[in-house]
Amino acid sequence: MRFVLRKLGFYAIAAWAAITLNFFIPRLIKGNPVDLFLSRVQATSPPPPEYRRALELQFGVSDDPLWVQYFGYLKNLAHGNFGLSITNYPVPVSTVIAQALPWTLVLVGVSLTITVVLGVGLGALAGWKRGTWIDGLIPSTTFLAAIPYFWLALILLFLLGSTLGWFPLNFGYDVANFTGPEASGAFLGSAIYHGTLPALTIVLSGVAGWMLGMRNMMVSTMAEDYVVMAEAKGLSPRRVMLSYAARNAVLPSVAGFAISLGFVVSGQIATEIVFNYPGIGFALIQAVNSADYPLMQGIFLIISLAVLGANLLVDLVYGVIDPRTRQEARA
Amino acid sequence: MTAVLATPTAPVTDVRRTRRRPSGKLLAGLGIAAVFFVIAVVGPLLTGDPEALSYDQLQSPSGAHWLGTTNTGQDVLAQLMSATRGSLTIGVLVGVFATAVSLLIGVVGGYLGGWLDESFSLLSNVFLVLPGLPLVILITDYTQTKGIMMIAAIISVTAWAGPARVLRAQTLSLRNRDYVDAARVAGEPGWRIVVFEILPNLAPIVAAQFVFAVLGGVLIEVGLAFLGLAGGASGSWGGMLYYALSASALPRGAWWWFVPPGLFCALLGTGLSLINFAIDERVNPRLRKETAQ
Repeated sequence: MRFVLRKLGFYAIAAWAAITLNFFIPRLIKGNPVDLFLSRVQATSPPPPEYRRALELQFGVSDDPLWVQYFGYLKNLAHGNFGLSITNYPVPVSTVIAQALPWTLVLVGVSLTITVVLGVGLGALAGWKRGTWIDGLIPSTTFLAAIPYFWLALILLFLLGSTLGWFPLNFGYDVANFTGPEASGAFLGSAIYHGTLPALTIVLSGVAGWMLGMRNMMVSTMAEDYVVMAEAKGLSPRRVMLSYAARNAVLPSVAGFAISLGFVVSGQIATEIVFNYPGIGFALIQAVNSADYPLMQGIFLIISLAVLGANLLVDLVYGVIDPRTRQEARA
Repeated sequence: MTAVLATPTAPVTDVRRTRRRPSGKLLAGLGIAAVFFVIAVVGPLLTGDPEALSYDQLQSPSGAHWLGTTNTGQDVLAQLMSATRGSLTIGVLVGVFATAVSLLIGVVGGYLGGWLDESFSLLSNVFLVLPGLPLVILITDYTQTKGIMMIAAIISVTAWAGPARVLRAQTLSLRNRDYVDAARVAGEPGWRIVVFEILPNLAPIVAAQFVFAVLGGVLIEVGLAFLGLAGGASGSWGGMLYYALSASALPRGAWWWFVPPGLFCALLGTGLSLINFAIDERVNPRLRKETAQ
């Protein structure tokens, strides 16, 4: 129980740090959103003061002391109020995020799961059959892992999309035939078709890292006494590999998978740009390019909280699946 | 399994000799890194002005332009050379910054212990869980950063925490070794113990972390520049990709423009990863091939 409380305390501090960082960075450096908004909508005459005042109220700009603003900001967050997006005015930031988030979650979530299952499986095999052809694949995977993932996306897009014409070049669905997301089989098909190539690049650029990590853990685990013991008992190689070596070697990968789940929200910003995919990364870059600070802050906060949540989950789950970590924490 | 039992009977000198010989991975990795270093230093001197415009627009590779030209007639080879210099500079700067900070936070905190260690450790744990690229995007955008040093510094903000945690753990275990106790009893000052007794034992880990930080720095900057956020500085592989993409090199089939920068990045990454594997195998003997035979 102390273990859990300590962890919860730490993540409370980390979340507070992320939130506070998010509050201070724009206030220390930038002008306020009202000026930005006004510079976007008109350049001719100065706005009437009432208009300006109304905007200030909407965007939450005030001359209050910093600590009053800070508590106001915390209060707004607690109510799920991230403010209004400047580019999509007057749509609230939370609505913009809610529209973009599912695209990213589904695309990256599904491809990450495929990546990990494939990578861990191949890695376990490579570690088990050390020195054979499958283990010989390992050095070549370093090349695959070192490729910038968005460049791989460019190349695949060029070869399979542009040159061969197998896959669409843009967007999350067929924007010519659908006005927006709808609940129909045809739309689902279109979304899957458009998501295949992005998913392929995510799997290809990610699988090598998981394979290598699992392979090395497998090699380390196979030198443990209990594996030697299992072999000496004459258990079938399949059983030794799966139930004795792989089962223990997979622990760090489980943790890694859970942590990556947190990065699902933020991990593929450049891929989304390459494919014009309507996810959260795309929204973030659009916000950056159009100086939409409320939206940027909102997205950063969502990303931070996702990562923190995933890490907390790992810590708690890891205490259950690997009792040794609980012991260390107690000691 | 019989092979494992047979190892101790082999002559000791043999084992030693295999351990001393640098592995093929290390040589290959160092070779690749050296080639890139030479390109970064010498390349831009040989290829002329990367920004010079000409009327040879978007031409495929030829004798005059080995890697073709961009949409404004710039020589892609010249751009690639100067971009290599830019990317490598960023990488090395990030490596130096991140390593310096992680040593300070990890080793000093781990050695001194107490509340200092607690707060350092909390700080690195917090930074460890903050998402890197989005944070860098936010900071570069808010500060309207220009210039290579600032970009490197900002990237380093997200790169030091992981290494610091590992170094702290190692320092904690080294701190109580007999020879460190002996040095303490002999009256050596604290900084001397850290520098001469503890640091040398951390050297392989620090080396691996430095290489990793260099690679991380290169990759993050490439991503940042590709998104058009590296403060307008085009002198990196990511900057080349950004301009190639915005000039629709993809639909126009100008592969000679967007393939080389990514390929270079991947090659450098391969080289640096190989170096890291070699170091890993030295630090963790179980990964070494020799012991398994």
